[in-house]
Amino acid sequence: MKKRAVFFRALLVSGFAVGMAGADENAQLVIEGETLVTKAAAPAHLQDNLDEIYSGWVFRSNETQALQLDDFDNPAFVFIDAAMDQYQQVEGSADKSCQSCHEDVEEFKGLRTQMPRIVDGKVQTMEDQINKCRTEQMGAEAWKYTGSDMTAMSALIGFQSRGMAMNIKIDGEAKPFWEKGKEIYYTRHGQLDMACSNCHEDNYGNNIRADHLSQGQLNGFPTYRLKNAKLNAVHSRLFGCIRDVRAEPYKVGSDELKALELYVSSRANGLSVETPSVRN
Amino acid sequence: MNRPVLALFCLLVGTSAGGAGTIKPADVQFSDGAVAASLTGAAGNVQEGRKVFISRKLGNCLACHANEDMAKQQFHGEVGPSLDGVADRWDEAQLRGILINSKETFEGTIMPAFYVDGGFPRTKEKFKGKTILSAQQLEDVLAYLVTLKEQ
Repeated sequence: MKKRAVFFRALLVSGFAVGMAGADENAQLVIEGETLVTKAAAPAHLQDNLDEIYSGWVFRSNETQALQLDDFDNPAFVFIDAAMDQYQQVEGSADKSCQSCHEDVEEFKGLRTQMPRIVDGKVQTMEDQINKCRTEQMGAEAWKYTGSDMTAMSALIGFQSRGMAMNIKIDGEAKPFWEKGKEIYYTRHGQLDMACSNCHEDNYGNNIRADHLSQGQLNGFPTYRLKNAKLNAVHSRLFGCIRDVRAEPYKVGSDELKALELYVSSRANGLSVETPSVRN
Repeated sequence: MNRPVLALFCLLVGTSAGGAGTIKPADVQFSDGAVAASLTGAAGNVQEGRKVFISRKLGNCLACHANEDMAKQQFHGEVGPSLDGVADRWDEAQLRGILINSKETFEGTIMPAFYVDGGFPRTKEKFKGKTILSAQQLEDVLAYLVTLKEQ
């Protein structure tokens, strides 16, 4: 409860005192008539630390928020369209495209809500699944983990689940990986000696210089960032945060970042998938 | 300067300084979070301290703290308390201790330690064994902070 009070006070401060076009805490994310869940009760595993979870959309300026309300305004759809072309592109020794096996991309509806998941005793991210198809089914070369082709395809597949609730499995086989990710989340790293939680759990809603700190939720990824005018993969973002606290980042596609992605994704359980979201 | 006085002078600088006239991070003496001795043995420069306070590459203090004295600078942070009148609330030795390692004063704070050179997991190679601010820069920021009085 205290957290929530701090959060709304912070929104007020950022809106008026700092003179930014502050986020409207009551704004609703409605896309093509569908209302997405941007605020929800924290999932059970988080309830000791947070009462409520908020999409990063809630923390953005009115202008940035507006870009996500209409798919014609959302710059990410240029990349989604390109991925749709790629989806039909025959590649590799098996002479197949994605479409050869998955006729309608809509068959991936729901997949994004569960990713990452555990397959064959390891964390499988959306990127892993895409490369598995490319190498094992198509006989094509694996894509670079955070390359533009990969991120666009991940966004196209994720988009099929837009509006559905994030539902990451954290027990059973997932448990040890989830615990590992949680440990990384709460460990202070680098010369600035900061953990993910210092900013995204203890200080969300506060401004850090010009940046309005969010809860660092992953339900909108891949996300179009105004900062670099392209789609950004989860691991690029995690890498960037760790670098910014002057720590040696875990490698993109590493077991550590996959475990962290699994854990952080589970903090969004209950929020709608927003892929492809727009952030600054 | 006659010879015995010069020799005494050299001896004093040599012992108090631990090398180039500065106290090394490992040799800093805390007392209830406060550090009485100047890291350089001298007072800092207020104008230089202002620059370090603002610079995103150095102190970047504005990232987290609002400061009315710098109203012309855009985007003051809200993570830490406002520094208006900070010198009314803390004395110089306390402020020096908070700058060097705030965790000696505020357990579990998000504020980085600006004059500690190790012990952080996975520190990037180029920052290993280094402090965020030099002894001089820290004393300069301190000199600036003690000017922030409202009473």
